[in-house]
Amino acid sequence: MNILVCLKQILDPEMPSRDFRIDPAGRDADRQAAGLVMNIFCANALETALQFREKHGGKITVITVGAASAEEILRKALALRVDTAVLVKNDLVQRLNPWCVARVVAAAVRKLGDFDLVLTGRESGDWGDGQTGGLLAEELGRPCVSMVDDMKIDASKPSLVQLKRQTDQGWEAIEATTPLVITVTNNEHNVPRIAKTRDVMQAFRQPITTWSLVDLGVDTQSVTDDLASTEVVELTIPKKQSHCEFVTGDSLEERISKLAQRILTIVQS
Amino acid sequence: MASVVVSCIFGWTGVDRAAMGVLGAGQRLSRDLAGGHVGLIVGPASEALIGEVAKCVDRIAVVEHPLLDTYHSETTLTALTQACKHLDPHTVLFGNDLPCQELVPRLAHRLGGSAAGDALSLKGQNETVRLTRSVYGGKAQATIDLHRSPAIIWVRARAQDPALPQAPTKDIIRVPVSLEQNSSIKLMDRQKEMQGTARLEDARVIISGGRGLGGPEPFTQLQSLANVVGGQMAASRAACDAGWVPADWQVGQTGKKVSPQLYLAIAVSGASQHIMGIADAKTIAAINVDPEAPIFQHCQFGLVEDYRKVVGPLREKLIELLA
Ligand SMILES: Cc1cc2nc3c(=O)[nH]c(=O)nc-3n(C[C@H](O)[C@H](O)[C@H](O)COP(=O)(O)OP(=O)(O)OC[C@H]3O[C@@H](n4cnc5c(N)ncnc54)[C@H](O)[C@@H]3O)c2cc1C
Ligand SMILES: Nc1ncnc2c1ncn2[C@@H]1O[C@H](COP(=O)(O)O)[C@@H](O)[C@H]1O
Repeated sequence: MNILVCLKQILDPEMPSRDFRIDPAGRDADRQAAGLVMNIFCANALETALQFREKHGGKITVITVGAASAEEILRKALALRVDTAVLVKNDLVQRLNPWCVARVVAAAVRKLGDFDLVLTGRESGDWGDGQTGGLLAEELGRPCVSMVDDMKIDASKPSLVQLKRQTDQGWEAIEATTPLVITVTNNEHNVPRIAKTRDVMQAFRQPITTWSLVDLGVDTQSVTDDLASTEVVELTIPKKQSHCEFVTGDSLEERISKLAQRILTIVQS
Repeated sequence: MASVVVSCIFGWTGVDRAAMGVLGAGQRLSRDLAGGHVGLIVGPASEALIGEVAKCVDRIAVVEHPLLDTYHSETTLTALTQACKHLDPHTVLFGNDLPCQELVPRLAHRLGGSAAGDALSLKGQNETVRLTRSVYGGKAQATIDLHRSPAIIWVRARAQDPALPQAPTKDIIRVPVSLEQNSSIKLMDRQKEMQGTARLEDARVIISGGRGLGGPEPFTQLQSLANVVGGQMAASRAACDAGWVPADWQVGQTGKKVSPQLYLAIAVSGASQHIMGIADAKTIAAINVDPEAPIFQHCQFGLVEDYRKVVGPLREKLIELLA
């Protein structure tokens, strides 16, 4: 099967809150405040695709829409031995929203040829929109299964994919026909692997297909309209209001006793 | 009706606390926009359900069909698209369960509108919907205007005040939809990993464990602690990713959003993404070896100690005090 995995570069979400800053325009985070990383759910999606390829064969293409710096996450994916990497340089605006991204990736899909499976992360660790996968399904006119954490083929039904997805109360097993868009979430089995040093070195010499929005024939007016549809009016850092009262006492026993009492006051209220 | 606000309720879910939150948000927003509030019931609409919704809206629109007896992503989406085209809404509101989350962007795309998720507050101003949501894993809060109508939004439902009762509407319409069986996505099996019968979202007391527990075994100890105080169990992403506990125990940005009277976090550092799930907890408390752990910045009280020295004796003490 031909698999496309969509990757996004974001500000490191694990940075400590105290280092987080808002940029002077007040509409986005200050990108200088921390490193840039591959969105974790994109890494989970990539890991899911790699495991699928190990079992069932196929080709993996990765794509990102972003600034020149986003090349770094493509190199990371190449070091994990994906087959092809595509960078769509966004030279229009600073930040694209999911609607623009879906539009651009759909245009790239039409140029790259058909994929049986298109994978995205369930959401990004920066703006947390969780929209791109669903929107991409609509752009491509394909069904979508979200929150998938396992994907395989049953030998007796080679044209179908067997998916497991997380739900509010547990999981569901789904059998789906391709082509299909899938959004991937994390579980204990798709924790991203670490590239071998040799493969990291090799990845630097591999080609990356680079296109502009114009190369893809993306209608710039539509992108502008998509951007205008959702306006960030303000971004603020919420204040923490609570003051922690540490349980004290001469002995551990005393402290545990005080802790127990505080707990009971609430439980019995 | 001018500026119609639709609150979407699913027949298979019924009117629970979440649905009441959606109806409340819809009721208030429709007043901001000086428009009408429509309760759209998709799926099996019993008399009782219609009666509940009737007290919160100006009009009810029912969409029933044999293919809408249970949720199916593609079929439900098609039905919603047809119903919304019929109702021509300014805004459509949903709750925050998984079906809602996955439907919202796709419905918005089919209707040529705009979309947003996890809205905390909503306000109608002139013709625009303004909402706030947590971004950057809870490190920042954004105020966002949706300019392209219809605005399709899922809200953090349990954090919304419920609807105020109004005179039950008698204006009930049925919206016909034409649907075909979708065979490209087939549900084969489903498992419920719920702890007992209660939802974590409705728990009064939650005991939560993190990576600092070091393995799956200590969770059994936490469980027996929870049993003493009638609490339910939860975990951080790190503990779920390690496979120590089921994925649906996860609390946080990408896990459950809970609002207990007491949330006791044991060996959880308190990353902003975790805190996002407990923002509505009445009291947060923690046990952690590290006095600098960020979790303490969100606690009302805490104990700096190795959990291994605390959990057993704490359980004993609680039993003693309860006797
Ligand atoms: C996009 C995105 C979404 C995310 N969503 C979520 C989410 O929904 N929920 C979530 O939880 N995380 C989420 N995370 C992950 C989050 O950033 C943290 O990595 C995670 O919460 C850390 O889990 P932890 O606190 O268990 O582990 P750690 O951060 O490793 O903390 C372990 C804690 O245990 C303490 N400890 C160690 N030993 C002991 C001991 N013997 N006794 C007492 N204390 C001890 C340590 O002092 C430390 O504070 C998300 C991350 C991203 C990027
Ligand atoms: N700029 C981008 N380039 C490639 N993929 C993206 C981009 N933005 C979002 N995605 C994909 O969409 C997923 C969800 O993102 P979002 O809808 O922004 O929360 C991500 O995990 C990626 O797989």
